[in-house]
Amino acid sequence: MGKIAAVTGNEAVANALRQANPDVCSLYPITPQTDIVQRFASYVSNGQVDTELINAESEHSSMSAAIGASAAGGRVVTATSSQGLALMWEMLHIASATNLPIIMPLVNRALSAPLNIHGDHSDGMGARDTGWIQLWSENAQEAYDNTVQAFRIGEHKDLRLPVMVCMDGFIISHSIERIEYLEDKQVKDFIGEFVNVNPLLDLEHPKSYGPLILTDLYMEFKRLQHEIMGRVKKVVLDVAEDFYKLSGRRYGLFESYRLEDAEIGMVVMNSAAGTSKDVVDAFRDKGIKAGLLKPRLFRPFPYTEIADALKHLKAVCVMDRADSYGGYGPMFMEISSALYQVTGNGSGVAKPKLINKIYGLGGRDYMPEQAEQVFTELDAIAKGAPVKLVKDYIGVRE
Amino acid sequence: MATELKLKELSKKPDIFCHGHRMCSGCGAPTVVKMVLLATEYPVVISNATGCLEVSSCIQDLTAWKTPWIHSAFENAAATIAGVETMYKSLLKRGKMPENVKFIAFGGDGGTYDIGFQSLSGAMERWHDMLYICYDNGAYMNTGIQRSSATPLGADTTTSPAGSAIPGKLQPRKDLTKIMAAHGIPYAAQASPSHWMDLMKKVRKAHEIKGPKFMNIIAPCNRGWRSQTDDSILLSRLAVETCYWPLYEVEDGKLKITSKPKEKKPVAEFMKPQGRFKHLFAPGNEALLERVQQEIDKNWERLLKEDAAE
Repeated sequence: MGKIAAVTGNEAVANALRQANPDVCSLYPITPQTDIVQRFASYVSNGQVDTELINAESEHSSMSAAIGASAAGGRVVTATSSQGLALMWEMLHIASATNLPIIMPLVNRALSAPLNIHGDHSDGMGARDTGWIQLWSENAQEAYDNTVQAFRIGEHKDLRLPVMVCMDGFIISHSIERIEYLEDKQVKDFIGEFVNVNPLLDLEHPKSYGPLILTDLYMEFKRLQHEIMGRVKKVVLDVAEDFYKLSGRRYGLFESYRLEDAEIGMVVMNSAAGTSKDVVDAFRDKGIKAGLLKPRLFRPFPYTEIADALKHLKAVCVMDRADSYGGYGPMFMEISSALYQVTGNGSGVAKPKLINKIYGLGGRDYMPEQAEQVFTELDAIAKGAPVKLVKDYIGVRE
Repeated sequence: MATELKLKELSKKPDIFCHGHRMCSGCGAPTVVKMVLLATEYPVVISNATGCLEVSSCIQDLTAWKTPWIHSAFENAAATIAGVETMYKSLLKRGKMPENVKFIAFGGDGGTYDIGFQSLSGAMERWHDMLYICYDNGAYMNTGIQRSSATPLGADTTTSPAGSAIPGKLQPRKDLTKIMAAHGIPYAAQASPSHWMDLMKKVRKAHEIKGPKFMNIIAPCNRGWRSQTDDSILLSRLAVETCYWPLYEVEDGKLKITSKPKEKKPVAEFMKPQGRFKHLFAPGNEALLERVQQEIDKNWERLLKEDAAE
């Protein structure tokens, strides 16, 4: 077993990056992620890694340099938050469509305006369609474990895709928690040597990266990206199995908590899942069959698996820490789509009633009382009360 | 042993940027690229900003580049090659790469003066071992002749059209070569394909210097300049002879004019064959034409003083 330490989420993730010993790290500071790259810069300055640093002059250049470095041929990491991810948006698509396995911790933070440095999921949800694999993490341990696994997933020969490892800004990135590290050698062996595929720096076999492809083949190219995404779930599960053997910690596509015999359930991601699990327990103690589902792999989204895990419930609340103004929350849209496919085909199967709560925007505290309010409402709906409002806000001042 | 800078010797070198690309006939850019690569005697890795050169040289499974080449987006040719060069450095120190690989970024003026300026400035300040080459045709030609900050004073473009109220672009161009020299980089230069020996010597010199280098090379565009398809070299020569495009270099902060015209011609000689300046020769626009000449004179005088000061 590795070292047990009391560290912040940022420190845990920075250590995972150190253990991966990337060839190149491009960086640009942004709260609340800065702590990761400044720690990494100190590893470089102190000779703890072999990495070459690129102190970019913007996140756009940071991702552009990461793309150049990754195409050149080697292991590349960077990290960002919020506006930084928004500025990278153009390049995120290019990284994934060029099959570059860049690993990027995303410390989730709200998007401007108004300017806000605290945690919500607006940034990551905005990057939902960029072709990156997204792993989301409840706490520092998961952020560390997901980062270690991300290298194996993204660099897998069947995928070669960039991976975003998400954790909540401040709530996880800056809170000190107990974490169990793996030994440096364990991580090194687990991740393995970086294997190049068509590196630009193969001077003997010159390659052209980034062609113009118009109407005749663009669509086939894009469908191929979708097909490659279809292989991700298996790789994620295989890597999780190997990781379990190494660490004793189990991961899946999502976590089910007291869901099997539940009647009402909550779908909630990242740090709020921890708070909500306590409330699930409290409701169970009261004799109410509550459960919880915490997505881990958000892209690609495991529609059928999640639908199977939720379809027996009477009522489900999907919690979104991001909003789509004039639309439902992004997680709600996925869960609705997933459940429609299994129960909405006119077969007469009862569907879970679905509601959507927007919570915790801009770092607004998510308290157990809010989860209690949600489960109380779900209990009433399960017993026949009508759904008054599909989408609503909780923890908001009126 | 470097190939002698003689046409006969150079003509024996295999093309790195080969035939089959789809640049317009008479375009100055491919000539510039060929000269730069003919002058390059090392293995070379290239990045390319989105633009005419990029969209015309690598299409689907066809490429005109016989050396590693990468395009990622418009504004980031410098950051992209910076990433490639950094990976090279990382692999080099572990003995996984040969010494003396060169890194070149090509961008047009839109991708260099405007949208890619920050990326270029950052890469130069970080001291990447690279040569950035701007092929300057004075507008966003790929999207259809829109004004850039390299567009000359008075030029008619589709977004600074010469109309009845406004006679084309009202501002002089950004002096990017000077701005790049002001970064304190070891080498910045301006060149023209009409003076191919001067251009190729500058490329050779740049490759022998470790660190960031910048070259600004004029590249006539007959579509945007509204000129003849066989005028590319003629116009780039007139640009030099009128001192619209002086040939100089700044090495370790010292400025040197590398080719002074024997007789400085009026800028009108450069402008007259170009339809984009046609309106300036119509009655009523004499003052603007005069202002163009004054701007050229002012810049040339300043350059002469800086040259003499060394």
